[in-house]
Amino acid sequence: MQQAWEGFVPGSWQHEIDVRDFIQRNYTPYDGDESFLSDPTPATVALWYKVLELFDQERENGGVIDMDTKVVSTITSHAAGYIDRDLEKIVGLQTDKPLKRALMVDGGIRMAVAACKSHGYEVDPEIVDFYTNRRKTHNAGVFDVYTPEMRACRHSHIITGLPDAYGRGRIIGDYRRVALYGVDRLIAQKEAEKDGTQKHMTELVIRHREELAEQARALRELKRLGEIYGFDIGRPAATFQEAVQWLYLGYLAAVKEQNGAAMSIGRNSTFLDIYAERDLARGILDERDAQEIIDHLVMKLRMIKFARTPEYNELFSGDPQWVTESIGGMGVDGRSMVTKTSFRYLHTLETMGTSPEPNLTVLWSKRLPKAFKQYCARISIYSSSIQYENDDLMRVYHGDDYAIACCVSSMRIGKEMQFFGARANLAKCLLYALNGGRDEKTGEQIGPRHQPVSGAVLDYDDVMQKYEDMMMWLAGVYVNALNIIHYMHDKYCYERLQMALHDEHVKRWFATGIAGLSVVADSLSAIQYAKVKVVVRDETGLITDFIVEGDYPKYGNDDDRVDQIAHYVVERFMKYVRETDTYRNAVPTTSILTITSNVVYGRATGATPDGRSAGVPFAPGANPMHQRDTHGAVASLASVAKLPFKDAQDGISNTFSIVPDALGKDVQIYFENEIPCATCAPNEPAYNEDFGA
Amino acid sequence: MQGRVHSIETFGTVDGPGTRLVVFLQGCPMRCAYCHNPDTWDLAGGEVVSVSRVLERFERNRPYYRAGGITVSGGEPLVQTDFVSELFRTAHEAPYGRIHTCLDTSGALFERERCSALLDHTDLVLLDIKHANPQAYDWLCEWSATDAWACADELARRGIPMVVRHVVVPGITDDPEELASLGKLMAKWPNVVGLELLAYHTMGRHKYDDLGIAYRLDGTPALDKARLPELRHIVLARHELFKP
Repeated sequence: MQQAWEGFVPGSWQHEIDVRDFIQRNYTPYDGDESFLSDPTPATVALWYKVLELFDQERENGGVIDMDTKVVSTITSHAAGYIDRDLEKIVGLQTDKPLKRALMVDGGIRMAVAACKSHGYEVDPEIVDFYTNRRKTHNAGVFDVYTPEMRACRHSHIITGLPDAYGRGRIIGDYRRVALYGVDRLIAQKEAEKDGTQKHMTELVIRHREELAEQARALRELKRLGEIYGFDIGRPAATFQEAVQWLYLGYLAAVKEQNGAAMSIGRNSTFLDIYAERDLARGILDERDAQEIIDHLVMKLRMIKFARTPEYNELFSGDPQWVTESIGGMGVDGRSMVTKTSFRYLHTLETMGTSPEPNLTVLWSKRLPKAFKQYCARISIYSSSIQYENDDLMRVYHGDDYAIACCVSSMRIGKEMQFFGARANLAKCLLYALNGGRDEKTGEQIGPRHQPVSGAVLDYDDVMQKYEDMMMWLAGVYVNALNIIHYMHDKYCYERLQMALHDEHVKRWFATGIAGLSVVADSLSAIQYAKVKVVVRDETGLITDFIVEGDYPKYGNDDDRVDQIAHYVVERFMKYVRETDTYRNAVPTTSILTITSNVVYGRATGATPDGRSAGVPFAPGANPMHQRDTHGAVASLASVAKLPFKDAQDGISNTFSIVPDALGKDVQIYFENEIPCATCAPNEPAYNEDFGA
Repeated sequence: MQGRVHSIETFGTVDGPGTRLVVFLQGCPMRCAYCHNPDTWDLAGGEVVSVSRVLERFERNRPYYRAGGITVSGGEPLVQTDFVSELFRTAHEAPYGRIHTCLDTSGALFERERCSALLDHTDLVLLDIKHANPQAYDWLCEWSATDAWACADELARRGIPMVVRHVVVPGITDDPEELASLGKLMAKWPNVVGLELLAYHTMGRHKYDDLGIAYRLDGTPALDKARLPELRHIVLARHELFKP
């Protein structure tokens, strides 16, 4: 251990597991530009070419090259796999062959079978039998307990995408611990934690001890995974290459064990940079090597794949893994956390071309070094592949060692985790309020049998009151369904390895989500400021369409009249969520972030009072509805920015597309040294009387 | 003070430096053959908006506009000179700091006396020179070029920086000779700080049908943007030659 840590500034990180302390004492902020970066090595080019060929094959094959149907994936289930062993600086694949999809069953055997079947593969019948009749899965557990009301809500899509048949994901192991401490130390820590629990065996203590035992067991398997690839990761990493390899093996173990809805990797560039700087100073690493190692890591992350069903891919619009890597941000002491390795990560978009995965996410602060900001802008223009998140906002809640899971969910690494909760469809909820709890598409009674609206024209106060009642009901069913889901996930599909890379006691976020916010805001605005007439279909009084007469303020134009409605709806819904007890006392949050599933949610929702027709997609996330924001981007963003982050702490997303031409012009319209300055003090008028009238 | 506003763009990045609030005013006396916004011609159209409403829009998002300001475009802003004067004066006197003002005009209706108060509070002008040849100008815009020249002269007298804009239409304003005359014309005004050639496009064509107005350039193709650097070079070479 002494040797591996030689040259590092000592601190409390040596005596307890505290990666942040290690980073803060040892990292070197970098304020310079990208000129130090190096081109890809021949090995990188050759390997990436092979991977691209594999991706092509995968596409030609209709989505997968190969699927495992016989071996249930565990951390140690497969022999070592390589792309080209001689060229790879960082190794490790999910199975024994590149892109071969692993068989993961603990989330639900039916999903695993369906995923294979959709690609023409059949899971070994013995495995199906075993996980159907003898070893229960998460999915089976949930459906044993669901109430009829929950099933109805799920069926009608007022609550959608619940992680009740697949892995919930959204948990970030602190994979850096594997590199800094080595697995042996982490096992010892978990054993000590287990020794230290309360001795009165209440149900909670029993569960806690069992989880710690599972965590230690998973770490032993992780160590074995290292051996499979020829490394002793029991000890701490001693070089930059080892640090990256150790960290990646930690992550690989997680994705071999869990097919989660988002398998994010954390915030690693600044941590790894400490090792790079040490090796550079020792002369055992040069810039080409450093970039090559990061390139090979990122290449592996681009290859992370899971076996999934067409329905799942439809919900998420593609086959995303959400291997989110958070980069940059500011430290609480005011130093920038941008390092040379932050540049190296972004540079992978140049060395190996653009890619949606890993989801490189820059934690943006207005105080980030200018050269880094400019590099980000340049790479964004070139690749369209960088996600930005507001560090100035999140640092207040999470400090300076948090990362993003999935697309927006922020959590302190190794200290906080979240229970992912999909979304409640608030637009559909509004229609339930109008229809007395009946589904607008089927007429079925799904919600409580409240009084439907009467009269030909909708009245704002009446609708609002009914809507609040219906939201209260929905929040209750929703939170309780999630309670069941997470109980069962912990029981049958526990993230042993990821939780082993957390502190003993973690803070749990209970991440609910909402869909259709802009539809709701515009609908309520239409009811208040225009005249919304109802179209009744049948003798049962079901409302199936609306006629909007007159204009109304639309969300996305920086108009407080409607923006306040959006604000109010978020605040209210969150209030109702908080009123229901959560599993493991998780702290409720919500997100407004349907980046991709807005199409599916819209399809399941009837016509709405804003004039949107049945089946038309919602806007993504907190976006205004398509083409209703008519005052340009600033007004549109200003509306979104008014939503209360304190009530939507799991994140508010806004998808922003703009044609490059609208982003400004080349300064070359101005003559040299004549660029007008809008911020400079004005010149005194200097009259030129040659032009006198 | 109120004006007739066609629309407001809160994220204007192509009409003056920085990110700007761009107010497109309603009303224009010119009938430029290539105009892509015929819906802004009618002075009776648009929405009545007060100076304070416009500034309120600016103020609530001021941080976005730190390196920019307000641009008034159109339509033709000089149709509503009093409104623009008042807007620019108030912008310069804004309590949270002076706001940079930019006028995007063709110079139509310019009169020195009438526009004096406006220019007192104008920091930059984007002056659209439709054609360097007065006869062709007349034909192209159904308006005399003398207003534009008078406007440019007054801006030069006052030393207000001005960017010359010129829409390049194949077969009409892409002739090297015409472009060279433009360069020579610009050389007369020492306050010119830039030149922006804009490629003719046909994206506004459908509006003519919607409004039932005949379109004079049917059959004229959009200009290939790749030609712009070369055309710009022609203008600037002549500008250089005649610059005092």
